[in-house]
Amino acid sequence: MTTTTTLSRTQLSQHLKRLESESIGILREVVAEFRNPVMLYSIGKDSGVMLHLALKAFYPSKPPFPLLHIDTTWKFRDMIRHRDEVAARYGLKLLVHTNPEGLARGINPITSGSQLHTQVMKTEALKQALDKWGFDAAFGGARRDEEKSRAKERIFSFRSAGHVWDPRNQRPELWSLFNTKISKGETIRVFPLSNWTELDIWQYTRAESIPVVPLYFAAPRPVLERDGQLIMRDDERLPLRPGESLQMRMVRFRSLGCYPLSAAIESTATTLDDIIAEMLATRTSERSGRLIDSDEAASMEKKKRDGYF
Amino acid sequence: MTSGAHTEVTVSPSGAGGPEKALLRFLTCGSVDDGKSTLIGRLLYDTQLVLEDQLTVLERDSRKHGTTGEELDLALLVDGLQAEREQGITIDVAYRYFSTQRRAFIVADTPGHEQYTRNMATGASNCQAAVILIDARKGVLTQTRRHSYICSLLGIKHVVLAVNKIDLVDFSGERFHHIVADYLGFAKALEFSSITPIPLSARYGDNVIRRSEHMRWYEGPTLIEHLESLDVEEEIEEKPFRFPVQWVNRPDLDFRGFSGTVASGRVRPGDRVVVAGSGRESTVSRIVTADGDLAEACAGDAVTLTLADEVDVARGDVLAQADSRPEVVDQFAAQVLWMIEEPMLPGRSYLMRIGTRFVPARITSLKHKTDVNTLEHIAAKTLQLNEIGFCNLGTATPVAFDPYAENRETGAFVLIDRFTHATAGAGMISFGLRRATNIHRQALLVDKTARARLNGHRPAILWFTGLSGSGKSTIANIVERELHALGAHTYMLDGDNVRHGLNRDLGFTDADRVENIRRVGEVARLFVDAGAIVLCSFISPFRAERRMVRELVDAGEFVEVFVDTPIEECKRRDPKGLYARALEGKIKNFTGIDSPYEPPESPEVVLETRDGPEQAARRVLDALREQHIITY
Repeated sequence: MTTTTTLSRTQLSQHLKRLESESIGILREVVAEFRNPVMLYSIGKDSGVMLHLALKAFYPSKPPFPLLHIDTTWKFRDMIRHRDEVAARYGLKLLVHTNPEGLARGINPITSGSQLHTQVMKTEALKQALDKWGFDAAFGGARRDEEKSRAKERIFSFRSAGHVWDPRNQRPELWSLFNTKISKGETIRVFPLSNWTELDIWQYTRAESIPVVPLYFAAPRPVLERDGQLIMRDDERLPLRPGESLQMRMVRFRSLGCYPLSAAIESTATTLDDIIAEMLATRTSERSGRLIDSDEAASMEKKKRDGYF
Repeated sequence: MTSGAHTEVTVSPSGAGGPEKALLRFLTCGSVDDGKSTLIGRLLYDTQLVLEDQLTVLERDSRKHGTTGEELDLALLVDGLQAEREQGITIDVAYRYFSTQRRAFIVADTPGHEQYTRNMATGASNCQAAVILIDARKGVLTQTRRHSYICSLLGIKHVVLAVNKIDLVDFSGERFHHIVADYLGFAKALEFSSITPIPLSARYGDNVIRRSEHMRWYEGPTLIEHLESLDVEEEIEEKPFRFPVQWVNRPDLDFRGFSGTVASGRVRPGDRVVVAGSGRESTVSRIVTADGDLAEACAGDAVTLTLADEVDVARGDVLAQADSRPEVVDQFAAQVLWMIEEPMLPGRSYLMRIGTRFVPARITSLKHKTDVNTLEHIAAKTLQLNEIGFCNLGTATPVAFDPYAENRETGAFVLIDRFTHATAGAGMISFGLRRATNIHRQALLVDKTARARLNGHRPAILWFTGLSGSGKSTIANIVERELHALGAHTYMLDGDNVRHGLNRDLGFTDADRVENIRRVGEVARLFVDAGAIVLCSFISPFRAERRMVRELVDAGEFVEVFVDTPIEECKRRDPKGLYARALEGKIKNFTGIDSPYEPPESPEVVLETRDGPEQAARRVLDALREQHIITY
């Protein structure tokens, strides 16, 4: 494993170069064909790569669309800080939306449960935001290798009016001849990173020096052990159950979401090289730390039918 | 919770140095019974890409849905959507990712049943190689032929013949060699550049990643060894430069660039390029990327080009090498795969996407469809879901293309339903029909009208259709004799005579019948142009072909004469003894016996048996007078 951290583009592997070009082609296609696209920016490593690709795709123009963050109000504070820094650095328009009804009803991941919280504060909130600004195409950073039901997701994922995803009514994608035609009320979700794997994401992040949220790197953090998972207490809102106590442990995150729903792993990986080395050795899948996926094997498919990304 | 300290990985993903092979995209074809999902599960499992928590789910699912008893059912690793997991079938294309130290792979996992031909074609469209599974117990089946044909049609050059479940035939070399010989015999016609047969057992892992100890007789590579070393270094970079313009990049008044992905070939600053549609030429001045200008861009690179001159270029245009241009036509022939429930209708307007261009298009004629199981050509009027047909298409404005066989990027298109926006069809262009719009036809000083004036009658095709033995030729002969006596210029094209010369290479399959009539129609049209009344006497059993001939000439120049003699009467007459032989099975595809006859829906003249030939001929002459073809 090489230890250089400042690889320039010409040293990108053939493989990453191909992935990069394919993604750039997809990004351009949407901008050329849709009236009002938006990029879902979830602040994580995949969003970071997607945004980086967008900056490249339209150069010397700026990406001709805003970023949209669906804020559940339960993201790690580090994530919000990173989000605002990134938008400012590139001079991009950042839209933030929180489901006002959910907020009024006091929906939260702790007492409402992960399912209801995700449904109201993420899925519903996303639909509200897309409707509010009238976006007809939305980029998402999902990858096909993340989860089984994602393996069949299209790059251009068709949603009928009301944002409904019907797995039986998706368009075949031949060659790179995407069918971008939709009727009024219909929308498309576009996944430029469909063919990337988690390892590709990290190798590219390293090669291109893409800034990531510090939470991906191991550091001593206050965590509690709950149901066999390590949860970081990012603020006072997470109550300790009887018998639970906070400990400072050397941990990091492979996947970032709402902090009470994102489990940490014990790790000593403090650099991108460490992370990649750890990945090559690891025996657990990335989404195992996502508490919202594990209810049932097909739970992602179900959430997607409801309008989740 | 793992600490990430484990190091039991034996096959690690690429990126760890060593000579790097480019990404390989391959598809697996076979039905669930062949063990396709199990094979992919095996590849993922043996390359250590199945992780602990996924394994836990797999163990649970194996007990719930599995078909392998107590063992892990690896197929469950890959069957993604709920419905298909429960039904035990794979209904969609799923993409899987794995890598070894030598190469990264994307697997398109496609269903094998005939009703999923479109899914398989979708998977194949982006692949460079195919793994075709055969159940060693069953050997080469109809579906093997179908899968191979679709791969070939979609331009896949490298095939692995995975003879699976070899454990169930006692790892028999004899059985394997028998299957391979069988397959090679059939696949000769499909023009693959490589066919690699490998005996394996996906369930137990023999010859997948791990070399089998049970087949000492096999000295070839394991599946993974072969896939790792497969050379797909396509000549796509050596082909002429093509660049479909995707987006015009205009940040300010000083910069005007054309963003897109190089479809084929390579480009450098200073190269002469042409806008294929308009023929305007310019020179590439810069290849712009966010990482700085490039000295060269190759097929697959997403870049932004600037040109030295202010030429009109928009999304949908193709920039091409000036000294090696694509064809620009508005009519071409293509293989079309139909992908929606609603049948394809010739004449209906669809939206065609070719490259970055959207243009209204019609299928002007369907020449034949291909039975994906037997590869036979069958005359047809429409294409149903999953059917493949050879069509002529016309576009509203000319488009630039290269034949699909030469360039997959610029020779492929999709058809979109203009109302539902469903992706209705996928096409691969074979050749242009009306060669280049910039070739102008020679203006003629003497034309059809001038000749008609001199002849004293109008030209026409008299098309006699009906069963063999119906009396077509007899009647046509009398009509010609009468016309000649009246001083008309005539010529007779007779089925038997034409088949001895012009069409002696054609047989009697549906496809050959269509081609037979097409050629006769073209010859008849030339005679019409020459001013003659041409009498054509052909069984011509299909409406579509008769319509095709009708559409070759101007309105009123085609007179369809239906000699409506019932089959019983024809059999009784049987002037050439053909019915007797057909009924004995000695002649195949005989119209009325084992090949259909489609009676005309609105012929100009219908002749019934009771008329007798002389009377029938008079009725034809009367019809010609009514239509002002002859006036005397």
